[in-house]
Amino acid sequence: MDDRTHRAAHRIQGRSAAPGIALGPLVRLAPVEHGVRQYRSAAEGRQALLDALAASQEDLSALAHQAGDDEAEAILAFQIALLEDDSLIAPALARIDVGDGANQAWSAAIDPEIASYDAAEDPYFRARASDLRDLRDRVLRHLAGETDQTVPAGVILAADDMPPSIFLATDWRDGGLVLRRGSPSSHVAILARSRGVPMIVGVDVDHLEHGADALLDADAGLLVVHPDANMRASFDQRRAEQSKTREIAHEFTGPARTAAGELVRVMINVTGLAELSTLDPADVDGIGLMRTEFLFQGREKLPTEEEQYRIYRRMLEWAAGKPVTIRTLDAGGDKPIAGLTRPGDMNPFLGLRGVRLSLRHPDVFRAQLRALARAAVVGNLKVMIPMVTVPEELDCCRALFEQACDELHREGKQAQMPPLGMMVEVPAAALTIEDFNADFFSIGSNDLAQYVAAASRDEPQLADLARPSRALFSLIRNVVDHANSSGREASLCGDLAGDPEQGAALLDQGLRIFSVTPGALGPVKAAIARYAGSAA
Amino acid sequence: MNKLRASVLMRHEVGLHARPSVKLTKLAKGFESRIDLGLSPDGPWIDAKSIVKVMATKAPKDSTIYFRAEGADAKAALEALVTLVDGDFQDGR
Repeated sequence: MDDRTHRAAHRIQGRSAAPGIALGPLVRLAPVEHGVRQYRSAAEGRQALLDALAASQEDLSALAHQAGDDEAEAILAFQIALLEDDSLIAPALARIDVGDGANQAWSAAIDPEIASYDAAEDPYFRARASDLRDLRDRVLRHLAGETDQTVPAGVILAADDMPPSIFLATDWRDGGLVLRRGSPSSHVAILARSRGVPMIVGVDVDHLEHGADALLDADAGLLVVHPDANMRASFDQRRAEQSKTREIAHEFTGPARTAAGELVRVMINVTGLAELSTLDPADVDGIGLMRTEFLFQGREKLPTEEEQYRIYRRMLEWAAGKPVTIRTLDAGGDKPIAGLTRPGDMNPFLGLRGVRLSLRHPDVFRAQLRALARAAVVGNLKVMIPMVTVPEELDCCRALFEQACDELHREGKQAQMPPLGMMVEVPAAALTIEDFNADFFSIGSNDLAQYVAAASRDEPQLADLARPSRALFSLIRNVVDHANSSGREASLCGDLAGDPEQGAALLDQGLRIFSVTPGALGPVKAAIARYAGSAA
Repeated sequence: MNKLRASVLMRHEVGLHARPSVKLTKLAKGFESRIDLGLSPDGPWIDAKSIVKVMATKAPKDSTIYFRAEGADAKAALEALVTLVDGDFQDGR
């Protein structure tokens, strides 16, 4: 029985997508339902619509101003242009003049456009329907006198799903995120982890009580509505511990050294330029993993060579001479990309993904390699290939890369071949690592762990099997040993590297290059500083 | 007044998607002249200043874009639009 007067604590289990804890009121981002306002005259209705359009335009300009990435800016610019289009506005105003309410008139004008995009054959145009819907709803919100769904800091936000642009526009200080859809590897989850925003997915958000106090324990994938005094006390305690860890972490902004004084390089994993804006390159030893999927996802149009080149170049400029390791497109698996990956793959993690997919889409791969070859001239670029299983795949990539360089030279463009390395995430590659002609190795522990244990990291019931095992560490050791003996670098860029509790075990394997989400920089450097040498 | 005409081959990789359309309509709006856009020399013509209409053409890569303009700055408008499309919608960034 639901008895709200008792306010009994109510526990809802979801899946952890980004660690951390938060306490605050639940704010439900509801799908919009708008009250109908009555206007005394057509003139009043006209003015209401014009005001709502102007207010929406202000919102969007402000968002575009802070967006910080090309794709978000372009989408917002499209919405702004729609707001300035008489062929959309004039019919709405005409309807008001003949007696329609302002919101009715606006919907009547924009809905047929939405329907026509929804019916488009081309996936790019189909995806634009959501832009128009977003715009329609924004104007309707203004007409209904609702403020924009900007959320105050310190709340726990619950929604069906969240596009990255909304995530980026939200102030997450002391807040958290609860979604029905999405997965721990969705791009919002990746953003949440890199910004230290606690997040869980898989929660039925419809029945959450708006405004209720809630405790989000994203470490455990748990949301507690109306937490009792005990839970709050334990939250306060964990919170105090966390801020202590953060304080300690703050002392470790310089280069990382073990207790014995050995230098360890700590780099960051990023998905795009937006994350770099709040980071000082002086605090990191470079970018250990730039995931380019983000440039391809959620847009239904593949980025051009020029667009990619501009982004890669800006990252290299940011790093100011420090290494920037860019991974070629790792689509497939749990990262579908429209027009590239196949929906309904029986076993996507064992299917066409990473380099397997790139080699089957030479045009897409070629554009990326050309962009990378041009960027290699600008700074300290390294390129790595994901999901390499056999040496021939890497050889093939190298040949294509050289071809791309030659082409560019023939066109009179500046280009060069950067060091080409491989992600080691398939056990077959880790076991025969000496067979690969790679300039460096980067261990992708997330996939390596689930492949070696044949246990999905997204299956909560198999959490025990998916944990770091002796089998995993022995594969890591094999790669690190081979790298050291052949004078090459080996780094580790999975979640394992960002877990301070695993730091000692990884250092024991000889690993001296870590690549972690920016949020984990401090704690990992602190763990390295505590390391006095192999326990064995 | 006479309508001036121009045409240009659009080689932009994705065709008239949101980003190029935004640039095109913005540029067109900077001119006083009435400017129409079509995908054939005889139309049908749509208002080149309307993003809704321009996007609705769904013009793919390698389409020839036809413009006609009427007004005091028609010549300058056509030159600017052709330069934009011919230059692959770059804006000097």
